[in-house]
Amino acid sequence: MATLTIPVEEKKKTHEQEALITGAEAIAIACKLANVDVVTAYPIRPYDTVMQYISQLVADGEMDCEYIVAEGEHSQFEIVKHASACGARVFCGSSGVGWMYAMECLTVTPALRIPMVAMVGNRALDDPGAFGVEHNDALSVRDLGWMLTWVDSAQEALDTALIAYRVAEDRRMFVPLAISCDGAFLTHSQALVKIPALEQVKKFLPPYNRGDLLLHPDNVISVAPQANEDWVMEVRRQNYAVTEIACDVIREVYTDFEKTFGRKYGNPFFEEYMTKDADVVLLGMGTMSTPVKVAVRKMREEGKKVGFVRLRWFRPFAGPEIAKCLERFKAIGVIDRDFSFGSPDLSGVVATELRSAMYTSAATRPPVLDFICGLGGREVTVPDVEKMTEITFEAAKGKAQPLTQWIGLRE
Amino acid sequence: MGQLFAVEVIYRGVFQKTLAKNITRGIVLAAHNEGKLGISFGRYSDAPERNGIPAKSFAIVANDEETLEAGMAQYEPKQVDVTVVLDDTLCKGAESWAWSGLQPVHRALKPGHTLIVISLDDAPALLKNIHRRKEPYKLGIVRGVTSFSGMWVYKDDHTDVRILGAIAKALPAVMSLESVEKFINEKLKNSLKVTTARNAFERFTTIGVKAGEGNPEEVVKVGLPRWEDMRCGVSIKGQGQGGPFADPVTGEVGGFRPVRNELFTKYSARTQRPVVNFATCTKCTLCWLNCPDGAFDITTAGTYDTNFEACSGCGICEEICPVKNCITMVNEDEFHDNNSQWAAFEKDKGAYLKWLEATIKKADPIKNRSHGFRYRGQYQEQVPEAMEIANKG
Repeated sequence: MATLTIPVEEKKKTHEQEALITGAEAIAIACKLANVDVVTAYPIRPYDTVMQYISQLVADGEMDCEYIVAEGEHSQFEIVKHASACGARVFCGSSGVGWMYAMECLTVTPALRIPMVAMVGNRALDDPGAFGVEHNDALSVRDLGWMLTWVDSAQEALDTALIAYRVAEDRRMFVPLAISCDGAFLTHSQALVKIPALEQVKKFLPPYNRGDLLLHPDNVISVAPQANEDWVMEVRRQNYAVTEIACDVIREVYTDFEKTFGRKYGNPFFEEYMTKDADVVLLGMGTMSTPVKVAVRKMREEGKKVGFVRLRWFRPFAGPEIAKCLERFKAIGVIDRDFSFGSPDLSGVVATELRSAMYTSAATRPPVLDFICGLGGREVTVPDVEKMTEITFEAAKGKAQPLTQWIGLRE
Repeated sequence: MGQLFAVEVIYRGVFQKTLAKNITRGIVLAAHNEGKLGISFGRYSDAPERNGIPAKSFAIVANDEETLEAGMAQYEPKQVDVTVVLDDTLCKGAESWAWSGLQPVHRALKPGHTLIVISLDDAPALLKNIHRRKEPYKLGIVRGVTSFSGMWVYKDDHTDVRILGAIAKALPAVMSLESVEKFINEKLKNSLKVTTARNAFERFTTIGVKAGEGNPEEVVKVGLPRWEDMRCGVSIKGQGQGGPFADPVTGEVGGFRPVRNELFTKYSARTQRPVVNFATCTKCTLCWLNCPDGAFDITTAGTYDTNFEACSGCGICEEICPVKNCITMVNEDEFHDNNSQWAAFEKDKGAYLKWLEATIKKADPIKNRSHGFRYRGQYQEQVPEAMEIANKG
């Protein structure tokens, strides 16, 4: 098990600490700092590392919470849903087919306005059984009322978990939020992470206040009665209202995060890397950022004007803002670590969404190519990135390219 | 670009998972004392929660963030500066769960760099197992008993800091002995371990291994099919039914031998193997029935012969066998081939029984690799003896 160096308890309250921890451990520590009340767990790799670390924190007396090992993911997500309705700050998570097994609970949570925070350790959906990262698991809830964000480092995982509670528990929001962490590259890799002091976290994250929605004998309400055509559409419209303000709330919280902790994330919705004078850019989510950035630096040395945009928030999808960022480039190459069966142009999910955003919000219409790459944990290599960049440059020159291509496939 | 270092630790699943992690973490934290940055991680496609399965843990260290990122851009390092082997029986080759076939332990080691093995054996004995390679390299033996423990119980016999001391000597550019000592003092808070690390550093020496020196066995090369050539529907072709086999000595046809997967042999997970006394075997069938790997062939005489390509060395046959000393598990490093014991027995019964007697005497409990701990306090009992062997150097 992980051996976190335990400094003096007092020092942790007021001073930032540094530790060598995995992305999963970083999320567990964020749960401790956020003083989460109820945690439910059911093992599936790579998410299970989070439940291991939380159980260790509880066993070591560092964290005080109800820690419930459910009999399956379905119960796991039901239990936290109810606990959250009763005013508890909750945490849970899963991976791959485990996340899919909880699907019924995932669908019923948003309408009840439950600010559940979950971690998805991204994993390929079976079959074939595989542990490697693929984004289709978390993306499967993209239309259901969940907020979805992707992180690319253990530090960002910890920070985003704190941000997640602030955003989800904002009374204007009250919707569930899933933080996606790529299996292996992030969940199982230990890096040096700055752990904020407890006092700072307390300043940043107020207690969860469910207000008039609290399920409690002192506040007599009934939740989720059977409804019919007189009710459903209005219920959906209430959740739609959340999406209208979600981007503003997220922006507010990031500004406050920066003020409190001093760590800057810039634009909350996407990170731009060497895009300033770029002719073409690649765009993707999660830990593929590492090989892409290395490749971009290499190609820059060769005089190729290429940049990278890493999407952080997929739901809400900051369409106009992203379109405005991308309209200045001559071509865009999207790297999809997922696959959308039968979609327009047979592309991945991210490219399809992006084309839609560009159609309505961009002043220009640069070609948006899609590359299906890195499925099932396959490495996105530096030569892969160079190849995708070359193809994108060809498109920028006006040479027609297939809209979807598989990269790194044995063919 | 600054300097980039990679160290891999090859270990046995469950028994050495915590140990391997402690070592790679130690490297990163010790190097961080010199202002370097690093990450530590286990190979994700491994199955470190399965008993004895060969697995890997890595440390990547760099002088600056951009260089570290270049190291992190790969799924795992393709070339390493130091390879550490925590159990010398792994020198026969490591076969990961990722179906890439048996591979030499120094597969990723850069030419001229150092392979560190924990062992009580000397270099010639280890080189009987370590595959030959085209490029020369250095071999350093850290003398000691293989440190095995359980999933949740860690046997703190100082193996972690002995390896850190050896790495500081083999690759001073990644971390100095002082940085290792600082790490131990500050994070492990154990002055005795500082002394152990220093001793290991001072004693550590290497010998040069020439190109072509070592085990001449050819390793399996596995090709991966193109997507159009793969069978559809996530299906793979099944194995045949098996049938009688010809006795290797008499030529008589009979018994039964199942067909086994040639590409997924599992035997590299073996740390001890059954030695069978065919003269006292009552043919009760229990070993054959209970073997989880179907590793026994039924001979024409109705006895049970272990197929060492299929045996993963779990020891269930020894436990289940009702005849005293009929099946004895013996440390895997006593053997250098996977030949049939039945064939040897038939060829010369007298010689086989003599060999058997001598071999099962070597089933030394301290050298034996314990498959999980059997009673509370077992590891604590083993530590003083292991430490004594280590301190003799």
